[in-house]
Amino acid sequence: MLSSSGGGSKIRLIGRRMFIISAAKAVVVFGVVGRLISLQINESKKYKTLSDKNRFREWKFAPPRGVIKDYFGNEIASNKQVYQLHLIPENAENLNSLIFRLKNILNLSDKAIFKIQRKISSQKPWDPVIISDNLTWSEFSRINLFLHELQGVEPIVSVARIYHEDSSAHVIGYVSKISKRDLQKKEYLRDMRAAGIRVGKTGLENKLDSDMIGNVGHKRYEVNAFGKRIKEVSIDQGKMGKSFRTTLDLELQKLSSELLKGKAGSVCVMDIYRGDIIAMVSSPSYDPNKFVHGINNKDWKELINHRDKPLINKAISGLYPPGSTIKTIVAISALENDITNTKTTHRCTGSIELYGEKFHCWKKKGHGIVDMRKAIKESCDIYFYEVARKLGIDRLSVTAKEFGLGKLMVDGFVEEKRGVVPNTNWKREKIGKSWYLGETLHSGIGQGYWQTTPLQLCLMNAQVANGGYEIKPRLVLNKEKEKDFASLEQFVEDKKNFTDDTGFLSDIYSNFRYKTLFKNQENINFVKEALYGATNEVGGTSYGSRLPKEFIYAGKTGTSQVRKFTERQRELEIKNEDLPYEQRDHALFVAFAPYKDPRYSISVVVEHGGSGSKAAAPIAKKVIKKLLERHNLREKMLNEGKDI
Amino acid sequence: MFKSGSIQSHLTLRDKIFGLDLILVISMFLIGVISFFAMYSTDGGQFAYHTKSHILRFMVFFTLFFIVSFVKLNFWYNSAIPIYLVILLLLVLVKYFGLTSSGSQRWLGLYFINLQPSELMKVGLILFLAKYYHRISSGDVNRVRYLVQPLIALLIPVILVITQPDLGTSFLIAFGGMVVVWLAGVQMKFFTYLGALFLFSAPIAISFLKPYQKSRILTFLDPSRDPLGAGYQITQSKIAIGSGGLFGKGFLNGSQSYLDYLPEKHTDFIFTLFSEEFGFFGSMMVFLLYILITWRIVNIGHSVRSSFGKLYCYSFATAFFVYVAVNMGMVLGLIPIVGAPLPIMSYGGSSMLAIMLGLGIVMSCKIHKEQPIG
Repeated sequence: MLSSSGGGSKIRLIGRRMFIISAAKAVVVFGVVGRLISLQINESKKYKTLSDKNRFREWKFAPPRGVIKDYFGNEIASNKQVYQLHLIPENAENLNSLIFRLKNILNLSDKAIFKIQRKISSQKPWDPVIISDNLTWSEFSRINLFLHELQGVEPIVSVARIYHEDSSAHVIGYVSKISKRDLQKKEYLRDMRAAGIRVGKTGLENKLDSDMIGNVGHKRYEVNAFGKRIKEVSIDQGKMGKSFRTTLDLELQKLSSELLKGKAGSVCVMDIYRGDIIAMVSSPSYDPNKFVHGINNKDWKELINHRDKPLINKAISGLYPPGSTIKTIVAISALENDITNTKTTHRCTGSIELYGEKFHCWKKKGHGIVDMRKAIKESCDIYFYEVARKLGIDRLSVTAKEFGLGKLMVDGFVEEKRGVVPNTNWKREKIGKSWYLGETLHSGIGQGYWQTTPLQLCLMNAQVANGGYEIKPRLVLNKEKEKDFASLEQFVEDKKNFTDDTGFLSDIYSNFRYKTLFKNQENINFVKEALYGATNEVGGTSYGSRLPKEFIYAGKTGTSQVRKFTERQRELEIKNEDLPYEQRDHALFVAFAPYKDPRYSISVVVEHGGSGSKAAAPIAKKVIKKLLERHNLREKMLNEGKDI
Repeated sequence: MFKSGSIQSHLTLRDKIFGLDLILVISMFLIGVISFFAMYSTDGGQFAYHTKSHILRFMVFFTLFFIVSFVKLNFWYNSAIPIYLVILLLLVLVKYFGLTSSGSQRWLGLYFINLQPSELMKVGLILFLAKYYHRISSGDVNRVRYLVQPLIALLIPVILVITQPDLGTSFLIAFGGMVVVWLAGVQMKFFTYLGALFLFSAPIAISFLKPYQKSRILTFLDPSRDPLGAGYQITQSKIAIGSGGLFGKGFLNGSQSYLDYLPEKHTDFIFTLFSEEFGFFGSMMVFLLYILITWRIVNIGHSVRSSFGKLYCYSFATAFFVYVAVNMGMVLGLIPIVGAPLPIMSYGGSSMLAIMLGLGIVMSCKIHKEQPIG
């Protein structure tokens, strides 16, 4: 027992110290209450947002892609139902035996099984693994037959891209899985990463991708801390992408492709007033459907190792010297610059010696006395050496560029090449050497440094055919602007009724409204008339490919050398067919039809096909016939103003 | 004093029941009821294992509380040393036979309960030191010779618990002991010395810390340092409490806990869950109940005559308040995550047993306040 006095002072001390502690407690109480106020009242909004972010997760799914149609509304690229098989590992009773059963039912390879297993181990057990994204109907029905034994497997009906035929593979392009590079290049893809979504890789699929891809749908789920779905909260079906009608005519595409079968080359057809690209075919083609679900290694190797490069769109990426098809531009350039006139003649003896070099005409015997019309009609090289020599490369290159060479033709085609229009500056900058006069002569017949694409040649020829007015090639119809596109045609039609007195007024008007590529339209008309001779008069280079009365057209052949002939080879008279394939000449042909009131321009290139008159012109002839037969149908579409 | 003491020593059961502090008992009961609801919510709105077990424990230990209250205070005074020694023995046994869970060896597997002796030591040490300072005169308190025994009695259990390892509980044990020493009148300078010693030895102690303990401290200092690791708990707890707002998301609607974002929601983070579902008002109600309990214990301390009773009640009140403050401070992101349960509400038998024992002795002080000690 303690003494009460000692106890008293002790108890007072305890009380004093307890008071200090109580004060400290009060501070702590304020601290906790303050914190509760700050979290639950002041910052509550912020934490509510964070809580919702925790709570909900979205699963995106791909919308159907917009459809690409031809001018007449036929589908070129559309969507089909595909049967997919998803596996949710978590739901399987015995994963290994399930995979084994699937392997037997679907005949999956060991490699495919390995891939699936790796995928399963890399993700959460409740995330679906795509076993196959494109089952055949028989596989799908077999799966459905065994479905009750295959717990954890889900057959799903989805949509995927389908391309209806191969002839338009290059211009339409293809879609495939999103790559890292796509994500860098196309910003809109960042919010679009849904399972099974495809992105356009080339052609129109790439150009129109942002419009055609549509709006991604999503399912919103409540998820727990481990990412497992608890319940579906909301669903948004997404929106199908925009569909497009193009200027292409599927029938002509198919015919052109058919005519190029077994050859490497391209056919381009264009409306000379509207710039509408009616056909743009490259050969050989490939099956774009193979890319949609991922091309297999064997097919891929076959495509990239193929001698004729099937993946290249030769119409806009194939580069060829224009050969004699450039002679129309050389003639126009010389006439416009008043270097020469149509009456000037030269004597062709089959070859000429200039600057210590021997220049040859394609016709060994020579053409004799030649004026400009005959030079174009019979494609006399000696005559154009003379014209080019007087004209000079720099003036020629200006005219060539005006008519569209060396320029990109279609927006948004990343694969398109610009080509080369040579001149003295260009050579100094790119090659670092000065220009030789001999090179001017080669350039005058479309050899040497020239690099042009078939579509450029088609546009060049179209702008000659329409009387020298600038047009812009296009592939996609635009509802709002269709009226503007019709006006150039109307203007050219009206102009025929002008008298000579009012003709100059129309020129002023046209300069204001359209970009004219001439000083004197007579020069253009002269060349057009000479081209009539080339196709429809005896001795013309494409006389063999002429068409009867109602289909009369005018065209210029071209044969471009891949390599220079040596003098020795000339003496031996080595035939083109005897050379190795890679050394044979390219065959070219450009034409416009019909000759009277022209409406369409066409270019044909056959790689290593030999001469233009033998290899290219016959193809053009058949395409032109079909084109003119379908003209009324096309006009009807336009006049009816059908839904675009 | 003797006279009155002898009268008081013959209390009938009726006297004892009327001697109970009603506010304290009701507050305890209310927290118990609140904890049932919270536990029901952690079980996903089902009357499942945790809820059943928690209710059963509460009923058993609440009964135990009354039994302890009715036992004479003299008994607790006399048993203080044996109780302390038994718990100490259990702590030593844990070292050799203890169960290990998540890297820490804290539990003794008895057949009916996994006992955590460190929780009991929270009360045992206070009881022991209260008796020690009751016996020595106020003049001896500041003699160095008389400081040795309490220091040893404090350090042995603290070291045993720290090496389990269990930083949180060892801190709470040490704190409870220090409060008794402070209240007994030990001069400030000794605390200063101890503080200085602690500061100098801290770098050495830190080198002994487990990597996860180090990361907890670092994460507290900067929670964004490791958002999915140790900082994850603090972040998710703050989100849960903050998103509760003024009125809460409603009973069984706490998405943070329902969707498993909350760690340890049955035990250390039970307040977070309650706060998410019942908002600021609910949180304040719980906190006020705890303050009410603390206030009643201090009040009982005032009325007790003996310095043993006073020391015990004041110290236990302070320790109890600190348990609450540390747990809430932790879930509110004010202090590091140390692993301290919320008295009565948290799921866990040993913690509830210790708190009920401690409160029972407090109540015994109230009922037997006039009884002589010794």
